[in-house]
Amino acid sequence: MISWLASPRRGGLLALLAVIAALPLALPNNYFYEVAILVGLNAIVCVGLNLLIGYAGQISLGHAGFFGLGAYGSAILSTRFNWPPLVSIAAATLGVAAIAYLIGRPILRLKGHYLAMATLGMGVIVSIVAATEDRWTGGPDGMPVTPLSILGATISGEGTWYWVVGALLLAAVWLSLNLVESPTGRALRALSASEVAAEVSGIDSARQKVLIFVISAVFAAVAGSLTAHYSSFITPSKLSFFHSIEFVTMVVFGGMASTYGAVVGAAVLTTLPQLLTVFRDYEMVVFGAVMVGTMIFMPKGLVPSLGELAARRDLR
Amino acid sequence: MNLLRAESLSKEFGGLRAVDSVSFEVSHGKVTSIIGPNGAGKTTLLNLLTGIYAPSGGRILLDDVDLAGRAPHQFAEAGVARTFQNLQVFFNMSALENVMVGRYRRERCSLATALLRTPALARAERACREEAAELMRFVGLADWLDARSEAMPYGALKRLEIARALATEPRLLLLDEPAAGLNPAEMRGIAELIGGLCAHGRTVMLVEHNMRLVMGISDHVLVLDYGRKLAEGPADAVRHDPRVIEAYLGAAARVH
Repeated sequence: MISWLASPRRGGLLALLAVIAALPLALPNNYFYEVAILVGLNAIVCVGLNLLIGYAGQISLGHAGFFGLGAYGSAILSTRFNWPPLVSIAAATLGVAAIAYLIGRPILRLKGHYLAMATLGMGVIVSIVAATEDRWTGGPDGMPVTPLSILGATISGEGTWYWVVGALLLAAVWLSLNLVESPTGRALRALSASEVAAEVSGIDSARQKVLIFVISAVFAAVAGSLTAHYSSFITPSKLSFFHSIEFVTMVVFGGMASTYGAVVGAAVLTTLPQLLTVFRDYEMVVFGAVMVGTMIFMPKGLVPSLGELAARRDLR
Repeated sequence: MNLLRAESLSKEFGGLRAVDSVSFEVSHGKVTSIIGPNGAGKTTLLNLLTGIYAPSGGRILLDDVDLAGRAPHQFAEAGVARTFQNLQVFFNMSALENVMVGRYRRERCSLATALLRTPALARAERACREEAAELMRFVGLADWLDARSEAMPYGALKRLEIARALATEPRLLLLDEPAAGLNPAEMRGIAELIGGLCAHGRTVMLVEHNMRLVMGISDHVLVLDYGRKLAEGPADAVRHDPRVIEAYLGAAARVH
């Protein structure tokens, strides 16, 4: 029983479930619920992004672009074309998957960090389009979004959204843990350690990288479209380049190649600026400092470093 | 019966012909060694035979299928596996997982099954784990079954690479300097292991500097010098070939 719980897949998931279930007891008002929902949505993006950065060793500087494409895609389909929100979310996510595939397929055949440049460019283009095509997107002022409804029942209010996002975060973590422990996950870890050895072991590294890039874009698109429906309003600030950097910082700070690290990173770095409003004007500086500090003092990130510390104490 | 036939295989880097029109054959179930002075093109040849380099010319026939120009993972698919002179161990994984990576092609798991971890996949994973453990025992790593790869000594890592290569169920196993950096006792162990592989019907081709190892275990020896085939034949004949002695010791050695 103990060993059944000790496996990261089961024990960690149960712990996460416990935290999500118990957290409302500690949330005094709607504002804190709002922060918790934001944490959950960012964590979904980071769990996906961690698969790409932490496991496949590739960097995307445009995940806010995928996030924004999901958000605007779903917003436009549901609000301008009156599609049912769930169908809009699914269509926007499929669209993002297709775009990620089209970007990833030629780029990921190349060795080196070309993906970072391509995604950077993609993110910038998406944010310019969102700010200028005001007929569709409302331009810099943003656009209202129809609320999410499932089978005719409208999802509204922080209380309900909290459970929806909580359930989706659990699902995202579960999928990510499954993937990492599968032959595909081993293939990804292998090619990030030694691409040539992975290749001669029979792994088509370009194909695997494209696959994981598309999956991580899908995670971002789902979180993005949910964010649009949740806040019932969306502006281009959500898909700025800085937002992409925030996602990368969350993954690096929480711990690369650690699914729970991505969740913790998203939780800490989403909550901090919300609670310490003094930092508002210095947000970029703070994120930069967090990134540099992480690289220097704990290059493996928070959760893996704490894990190592605990393992060392056990040995003693 | 030949498993592999290379026909006038060449590789140029800029103006340099690292491998120059080399032809040879590798027989089923035998040990074939490539020797030659430093810079003779041995490792380049191995890289050609695993798809890491695309040849500038020539053909690589594995059971009469031309593999020249294919990607490394396609060579693996066709049944060619290798180890590396400079270790290429996946240090971000346990020893056992390193070997399990070699089972990748055999496991065949779709994205959906990986994401949902179906009961069938869980069973396949348990079987894969057992097979990998079996291979580790076979190469003499029974004591390292639960080890993290980064905690293993050099000699054990060399064996780990062999286990990982064997996990792909290769028809042809290429070993790039399996004895480099090993002490005499470890080297004897590797020689025994290679002998055991042949007893199990594996075909092995190795690049090696250590003449005692090469002459002890090889059925057939191929000598390269400046990218060209200098000599070829059974170990004893090659050892006494004057051209080979000249390449290794210089022209003056022949006089005495």
